[in-house]
Amino acid sequence: MGDLLRAAWAIAAKDVLLEFRSRTAFVSALVFTALVLAIFNFARDPTAVSALDLAPGILWITFTFAAMLGLNRAFGLEKENRALDGLLLSPASRTAIYLGKMLANLVFVGAVEAIALPLFALFFNVPVLPVLGPLVLVIALATLGFVAVGTLMSSMAVNTRLAELMLPVLLLPFLVPPVTSAVQITARLFAGRPFSEVGAWLRLLVGYDIIFVAACLLFFESTIEE
Amino acid sequence: MRRGEATLTAAASAAAGRPALEVRAVERSFGHVRALRGVSFALDAGDSLAVFGPNGAGKTTLLRVLAGLLHPQRGEVLLDGAPLARADAAHRRRVGLIAHYSLLYDGLTAAENLAFYARLYGVAGRDAAVRAALEGVGLADRADDLAGTFSRGMVQRLAIARALLHAPSVVLLDEPFSGLDQRAAAALRDVLMRLRAERRTMVLVTHNIDEGLELATHVAIQVAGRFAECAPVDGDLAAYRRRYAEATAARG
Repeated sequence: MGDLLRAAWAIAAKDVLLEFRSRTAFVSALVFTALVLAIFNFARDPTAVSALDLAPGILWITFTFAAMLGLNRAFGLEKENRALDGLLLSPASRTAIYLGKMLANLVFVGAVEAIALPLFALFFNVPVLPVLGPLVLVIALATLGFVAVGTLMSSMAVNTRLAELMLPVLLLPFLVPPVTSAVQITARLFAGRPFSEVGAWLRLLVGYDIIFVAACLLFFESTIEE
Repeated sequence: MRRGEATLTAAASAAAGRPALEVRAVERSFGHVRALRGVSFALDAGDSLAVFGPNGAGKTTLLRVLAGLLHPQRGEVLLDGAPLARADAAHRRRVGLIAHYSLLYDGLTAAENLAFYARLYGVAGRDAAVRAALEGVGLADRADDLAGTFSRGMVQRLAIARALLHAPSVVLLDEPFSGLDQRAAAALRDVLMRLRAERRTMVLVTHNIDEGLELATHVAIQVAGRFAECAPVDGDLAAYRRRYAEATAARG
C-alpha cells in the first residue's frame, strides 16, 4: 500500500509540476470558461428566462467542457518522448499510475472550478454564498465521478489518431448521470429548497462515484497495456 | 529491491546455475505481421548479446518483449529462472531499457527527471543516487537545466542515467549510438564497458556491427522475426560481416 501511494503521489506531483511550468491547459481552460460564461450571459434574454433557471445548466456545461481540456492533457503529456513506456517499465503498479493521473486531474479541474465559480456568480448574479457549503460538496462529488471516468477514457483515447476528438465522444455519454444529478441539485440549491429535497440525486451521485471509481481502477490495466 | 540488490539476485542466479535471462520460443505478431517467430536464447550474468538485423527484422519488438512492455503470444521470458510476470514489480526493478526514445519529460530538469524515476523505483538515498547518476554521465553541471533544452547527445546520456539509476541486472539497449557525435559515442562506450565489467547482462540491438561486436560476448543475426544465428563471439569479425550481409540479402 505504501509503494502504491508513493508512486501515485510521485506521478501526480510530476503532472502538476509540468502543468504549473507550462500552464498551457490551465490557461486554455480558464479562457474557455470566461468566454463561455460571457457568451451565455450576453446571449440570454433576461426578460424571457430568469438567470436562476438557466444558471445551473450553464455552470455544469462550463465545468464539463473546461475539465475536458485538462483530461485530454493527462495522458497527452506522456506521449512526449514516449514517457508512458517509462511509467509502464517502472515497478509502479497500473493502479498507482491511474490514481496518480486521477489525482493530478482532480487538482487541475478543482483549480479551474475554483476560479470559474466566482466568475459564474459575477456574470449570473446567483446566490452562491448562502449555499456555498452544499454546492462545494456537489461540485466535489460530480468532479470526482467525471474525472475518474475521464482519466480512463483519456488513456484509451491517447493512442488514437484524433485523441482530442475521441475523448468527448467516448466520455460524454458516461457523464450524463453525474452532470444531470449535479444540475438538479444545483437548481434546487439556488432556488432555496432544503438540502433534504435533493437526497435521491445525491445518492445517485455518490453511487456513480463508488461504481465508476472501482470500475475504472479495474479496467485501467487493460486499456494501458499493449 | 533497492540499489545493489539486482547484482545480488544475478549472483544468486549464477550460483544456482540458472541463466540470468532466458527466452524460450517467443512469438509475437501484429495483425498479419509476424514480428517474432520462435526466438530463443539464454544469457548468463555478465553475458552481453548484440542483435544485428535490417529494418523491420523485429529487433525493437524483441527488446519490448524482454522489457515487459509487450507480452509474447507464445513462448516465455525468464529472468533468473522465473517467468516475466505481467504485473511483477520485482521483475521490472531488474530491467533497465535504453530505448529509441528518451522516456524523459522535456518540462522537467535533468535532476527532476531522475528524481521522479528514483521515486518510482524506490531508490534508497534518492538525492545522492541522482547526483551520482548525473556525474556518471557527465551531466552534473546541467542538473538544473530543463531536459527539453538538451542536445541529442545530452538527452541520450540522461536517458542512460535514467535506465541505470536503479542498478538493473539486465540492461536492454535499442540503437544506443544512433544520433550521437564521436565524443558522446565514446562516453557511451565507456559506460557500456563498465556495465560489462560489473557483470550486468546486456542485450544490444544495433545496425552497427563493429560497435556491437566490440561490446558483446554473444552475437545474433535477426532476419524477418527469426534468429538466423546466435552464438558466442569467436573473433572472426569478417565472417560476421559476411554472414550478416548474406542474411540480409537472402531476405531480399
